[in-house]
Amino acid sequence: MDLEFTAEEKAFRDEVRTFIRENLPEGTRTRMKEGRGTSKQDMVDWMKILADKGWSAPRWPKEYGGPGWNAIQQYIFTEEIQLNHAPDPQGFNISMVGPVIYTFGNDAQKKKFLPSILDCSVWWCQGFSEPGAGSDLASLKTKAVREGDEYVVNGQKTWTTYAQHADWIFCLVRTNPDAPKKQMGISYLLIDMKTPGITVRPIQTIDGGVEVNEVFFDNVRVPVENLVGEENKGWDYAKFLLGNERIGIARVGASKAKLRRVKELAASVPQGEGSLMDDPRFRAKVWETEVELKALEMTQLRVLSDIAIRGGKKPHPASSVLKLKGSEIQQSITHLLMDVVGPYAIPRSMGVEGSNEPSVGPDWADAIAPGYFNYRKVSIYGGSSEVQKGIIAKAILGL
Amino acid sequence: MDFELSEEQQLLKDMVGRFMQDRYDFEKRKKYMAEPGGFSEEIWAAYAEQGLLAVPFAEEDGGIGGGPVDLMIVMEEMGKALALEPYLSTVVIGGSILRTTATPAQRSALAEEIIGGACKLAFAHSEPKARYELAHVETKAAKSGDGYTLDGAKTLVMYGGVADKLIVSARVSGATTDEAGVGLFLVDPKADGVAIRDYPTQDGLRAAEVTLTGAAAELLGDTPDSMAAIRQASDEAIAALCAEAAGALGKSLDLTVQYIKDREQFGRAIGSFQGLQFQASEMFVELELARSMMMYGAMASRDADPVERSRAVSAAKVQLGRSAKQLGEKSIQLHGGVGMTMEYSIGHYFKRLSIIDRTFGDTDHHLAQLDAVGGMAA
Repeated sequence: MDLEFTAEEKAFRDEVRTFIRENLPEGTRTRMKEGRGTSKQDMVDWMKILADKGWSAPRWPKEYGGPGWNAIQQYIFTEEIQLNHAPDPQGFNISMVGPVIYTFGNDAQKKKFLPSILDCSVWWCQGFSEPGAGSDLASLKTKAVREGDEYVVNGQKTWTTYAQHADWIFCLVRTNPDAPKKQMGISYLLIDMKTPGITVRPIQTIDGGVEVNEVFFDNVRVPVENLVGEENKGWDYAKFLLGNERIGIARVGASKAKLRRVKELAASVPQGEGSLMDDPRFRAKVWETEVELKALEMTQLRVLSDIAIRGGKKPHPASSVLKLKGSEIQQSITHLLMDVVGPYAIPRSMGVEGSNEPSVGPDWADAIAPGYFNYRKVSIYGGSSEVQKGIIAKAILGL
Repeated sequence: MDFELSEEQQLLKDMVGRFMQDRYDFEKRKKYMAEPGGFSEEIWAAYAEQGLLAVPFAEEDGGIGGGPVDLMIVMEEMGKALALEPYLSTVVIGGSILRTTATPAQRSALAEEIIGGACKLAFAHSEPKARYELAHVETKAAKSGDGYTLDGAKTLVMYGGVADKLIVSARVSGATTDEAGVGLFLVDPKADGVAIRDYPTQDGLRAAEVTLTGAAAELLGDTPDSMAAIRQASDEAIAALCAEAAGALGKSLDLTVQYIKDREQFGRAIGSFQGLQFQASEMFVELELARSMMMYGAMASRDADPVERSRAVSAAKVQLGRSAKQLGEKSIQLHGGVGMTMEYSIGHYFKRLSIIDRTFGDTDHHLAQLDAVGGMAA
């Protein structure tokens, strides 16, 4: 048992760190650090920089344009990205559709899609959730009916992150409504967002921003060659992705960076004769969160060590706490930031349409409350905390 | 970076696990508790036979030269069984102090006795006004011929009533909380001037109040300046207690899950109700976090840098304290009425966990320790 990374791993970490610090555009770094989110251009530029280095898809094998890193290198890379306020590689391209295409797609699909997925010159979004299919994803209703060489798609997707940026969408659609189990009649379809019949309607979330959208399909005609794998096997391909996310799902690096910012900002906020950091009650909350984060990090490392040694075929039981606890900690840090900003959480002074007024209060203050509101999402998406608890109860405790 | 046990460590874990399973079920534990010292001398002798008392001692002293992970393994298995014996005070704390403080002659003589099972130690350090402050030592040591005499009062001395030797901290110079001027001394509990009041603790173990009135003492090591060694021993004890707690937490979850699978109400197993399932899942999360920090604490507990060592160990203790409370309280709740009874084991796990949180500094104390060093400095 040993906590130290090897000399090679440390050298790798330094290489990654140096590259990020030297190549991440300053504007992107600042927006990430201040929790203001990034523009499409920020992400596309960053992905191009990573792709030129061969690092845009940390988990991909060499064969498909990835760096061929082992689990520990992947972890180190992700940690450094997050610690240094760089955007994670565009997830829908890199973690979602890419691996499905290179694992289940045919050669023509690999050739056509993978290069532009890698450098994000084509932006993908995910069409899974529907108004009636959230945690119970398999009850989705968007249907695709085969007509000659085409599928005709009708229905509605929702919570589609960055559909407004997307060139293509990967969708789960129902191809066999009569299948004996609802999971069995689903297919995985790739759809060009420019196809006639697709409408994107933005959804404004409680933070005031627009990350998610509704996407409507009205007789959208999709060539059959855009079906991935076999018809009616789409559920298996989607499930394959869920198991893929054991490194990085806890977002330890991102939480470390944010907690550092909590302390930095608290030291700049006046309270009494000194700063908020002189308040022992506030500090105690920070230390408690730091301990929780350390426990999460150690849990992540236990899982990583298991993957590194056993190949991760059988998931380590502790991996099931990573999403659950990781989202709890991310949320408590955004609440700590609310404690830091204090009364200047109140004004909504920037980003209001038509306003060029400066921020009321410190110039970082206006992003804090929206960040807190926005992060309620992390315990809802990607398998809500309740779904996670259900999985632990059934799969691990056998209840 | 790896969290794997070595082959030897896996063998040790299997061996201790098997031993505890064979010799230490809940009914047997009740019998051991009723024995004169509050534990089983027979089990202690068996620990000696199995080599468990030799774990941390150097090979040159007849030990097996084990490290903190080996002690973690032993303590976790003992925690699963709620073992009663003074392993922590004798082997973990005693092992640490002999290593850091004793002269080679003292070390090899005592190690031999401990390893053979002939000597149990108690660590008489805490004082009535100290609460959890390690440097608070009022007990005085005065030079007397070749040795010293001690005067003062020690409190909550675990297994002070059954120890063959007491390791007592006492001050030769300085004010009450000074780091300098605190020595460690060997005291014969049967010597003149040593009064011992032995009593049971809430969790079924034993402790004692020790009053020293001109008691004869032998200095451990060459100089009476051992606060650093006391802090080191305390950190190793905390790491070991975290492992014991993790063992008890794991067993508590097992017992609870089994119980809610078996117990039927409203015509079905109560474990089929989502309200209980969610609580059981939350218990599992607490257990895994506790296990992670048990390993972190153990790996750090011999770190050469005392600030980094204590930072990590305090963090581990905070997590274990939190997990003990969350998981422990839920384990009683999910058992319902039967969890309230002395006849059933779960309550005994809960009590041990609650007391571990109060031993060598509670959660608030260790948060204050972290505060003093600027948190985890991540």
